[in-house]
Amino acid sequence: MFRETLKQFKPALLFLLVLTVLTGVIYPMAVTGAAQVFFPKQANGSLVMINDKPAGSELIGQAFSAPKYFWSRPSATGPFPNNAGASTGSNLGPTNADYLKAVKDRVDALHAADPENTEPVPVDLVTASGSGLDPHISPAAAEYQIHRVAKAREPDEKRARELEGRLRELVAQCTEGRQLGILGEARVNVLRLNLALDNLAAKEAL
Amino acid sequence: MTTNAILQIGLYLVALLGLAMPLGWYMARVYSGTPPGLAKLLAPFERLLYRLCGVKPEDEMNWKTYAVAMLLFNGLGALLVYAIQRFQLALPLNPQQLPAVSPDSSFNTAASFATNTNWQSYGGETTMSYFTQMVALSVQNFVSAATGMACLLPLIRGFSRKTTDRIGNFWVDLTRSTLYILMPLSFVLALALVSQGVIQNFVPYQTVPLVEATSYDNPLTDADGKTLLDDQGQPKTEKVDVKEVALPMGPAASQIAIKQLGTNGGGFFNVNSAHPYENPTPLANFLEMLAILLISAALCHTFGILAGDRRQGWAILAVMTIVFTGFLALCAWSEQSGNPRLTEAGADQVTREPYSTERVSERWGTKQSWDVRPDAQTGGNMEGKEVRFGIVNSAIWATATTCASNGSVNAMHDSFTPLGGLVPLLMIQLGEVIFGGVGCGLYGMLIFAISTVFIAGLMVGRTPEYLGKKIEAYEMKMAALVILIPCVLALVCTALALTSDAGKASMANPGAHGFSEVLYAYSSMSNNNGSAFAGYNANVPFHNTLGGIAMLISRFWLAVPVLAIAGSLAKKKTVPPSAGTLPTHTPLFVGLLVAKVLIVGALTFIPALALGPIVEHLQMMQQESKP
Repeated sequence: MFRETLKQFKPALLFLLVLTVLTGVIYPMAVTGAAQVFFPKQANGSLVMINDKPAGSELIGQAFSAPKYFWSRPSATGPFPNNAGASTGSNLGPTNADYLKAVKDRVDALHAADPENTEPVPVDLVTASGSGLDPHISPAAAEYQIHRVAKAREPDEKRARELEGRLRELVAQCTEGRQLGILGEARVNVLRLNLALDNLAAKEAL
Repeated sequence: MTTNAILQIGLYLVALLGLAMPLGWYMARVYSGTPPGLAKLLAPFERLLYRLCGVKPEDEMNWKTYAVAMLLFNGLGALLVYAIQRFQLALPLNPQQLPAVSPDSSFNTAASFATNTNWQSYGGETTMSYFTQMVALSVQNFVSAATGMACLLPLIRGFSRKTTDRIGNFWVDLTRSTLYILMPLSFVLALALVSQGVIQNFVPYQTVPLVEATSYDNPLTDADGKTLLDDQGQPKTEKVDVKEVALPMGPAASQIAIKQLGTNGGGFFNVNSAHPYENPTPLANFLEMLAILLISAALCHTFGILAGDRRQGWAILAVMTIVFTGFLALCAWSEQSGNPRLTEAGADQVTREPYSTERVSERWGTKQSWDVRPDAQTGGNMEGKEVRFGIVNSAIWATATTCASNGSVNAMHDSFTPLGGLVPLLMIQLGEVIFGGVGCGLYGMLIFAISTVFIAGLMVGRTPEYLGKKIEAYEMKMAALVILIPCVLALVCTALALTSDAGKASMANPGAHGFSEVLYAYSSMSNNNGSAFAGYNANVPFHNTLGGIAMLISRFWLAVPVLAIAGSLAKKKTVPPSAGTLPTHTPLFVGLLVAKVLIVGALTFIPALALGPIVEHLQMMQQESKP
């Protein structure tokens, strides 16, 4: 048995070395090479470029708290929400009192920002995402915020009502349906939506 | 469940079972030494590897030598992983200058990745350099998976050969698994994932401006690291403005492909495949979910072909699919039903399908035609889930990743509803045999099959046989070890953790849920799964050490008895089937095997589950009925 062990020691060491080079160096290099040739934008983080400068990534959500922006989903990352360098979920259990209080506080904050809207809040807007970086909200969560955003951008009530219609179109432009018609869920990209919103505002001095 | 949920689950099962057949055939050809088609081009590389390492591929081993080779290779691999983590600051490709990993965390991670568990007590983007991720962790993703597949082959040969003590050559089985199966599949999957937005580069973290700047209060500390207090006894803080944020970068896609295909599960980032850079779109998610179960499902066919009776492979695959689908339905239903306490708090958890037009025009007028109705939402329990995946994809993933010993996540299991979280927990506790890890899942299930024919043989008073081999006392002793060791480990380690201060201090949630976190952590490590109720703070010396030992025991103390059974079976003569032989490809046997797996799991774990998820479910429901 001892001699067997000694005999297998050399191949064990050599295989570890050779397979380390093969799977730990050659394989990732080959994937990187092919990825950079065929899909350079995706391989480098799907950055959104404005005037040739990165203005964020369309895959990494950012936090918004001003009434004039659409808000992202709550994020549990520290020390500030949507910290891309430290992804995490809240990991709070469904009956945890802290969790239920956090949800209630978020519901209250949304109602306080838009007192006329008393409907129940779409659940994804008051629950922390898995990654803490979710770039999307549901179409319902965007629809829920249109009234607040329009009012914050347009104090005049009649013109705010008109703006709501245009915001609804903007949301529709930033909405993706299910992929291939079946997979996943419908969603609105918050960063793209808010950048488009700023763009619109810059043009029309809202 | 919605029509679309059933459609997505159906599509998943069809794609999985459809792809498993050709892949199973391909693997059978590879392991027989006759790779088909383009794969022949790899044959010169295979021979080169053997020459480089001084191995004669035709020299077959007996089971003890096979076990020694396997243990040595994995032992050295674990040492290398440990060493690289400790010295990563001195090694290249560390643009963030991440410091050496602590000794206990390094031990835990080395054990974890060498055993195909891929439990992570660390957060990837804040702990591991690119070099460590590639050379230490990615490599173990490949070779620990290949080791699992290699350990399955002797068992199959034990059934198909007779009166020999030779059960194959570990180096050949290891090389073929890596070179012909894992590497080509991973390469294709990695590129497909990059096309969807998974990152693959070697640049440092990218800083981008925030559209809306934010700020946070940073607690002030004195020179000793103690928090400073103000006059009212509150911690003193300073306001920190955040105007830009660093986006993590790195070679993620190449590691994610193999972490899924090899049932490893260790993520590149802390939140694993919930991270948008690991899993950016529903299509990427679908491919990653397929990859979790693909090889394990295909190996059933490989087993059928190599054992000379394809029906045997179908029977095993049927058992796995039945149990998987049943529990998946429970998980999806529970998560979609949501959390009654959130409705009380003013949240809307109702599902509204994006393409239904019901009542849409009433509210927004008919002028506009909407591609997606403006109030569409997934609803349900969305805490810890991502909008792009919604409920059904989180449930499929959770069930698949825990029944296979994968352990990657695309949603936080800790925040699932009690019954939704019970499903992944129980799937782990069933012993990782429903699909299971690549190779080890199937050998675990074959051990269950052996013990099922044994029980059936006892009922009718005949010597049990499986695939023409008599199952006798020696095989049953080894089989009992394989079935019982993970159960004992999970329960004993949970008890140890619960009675220690370290165990209690790590709980992130109070009450029954905190107990579930401990049970989940040690079930996961004792069954080489690797997923977690991730609020549990496992990165302390106590858990790192105890868990590391549990992972090593459950991987190698199972693999060695399996090899012993293989050696014993190969020595036996084949007995022709007689009128008294229990056929093992019939629906009757499928039913018996399903019952055996469920009963062992239920008898062992229901008392523990009653203290955790079940009691929590009752609490959640009771609070609802309060006025």
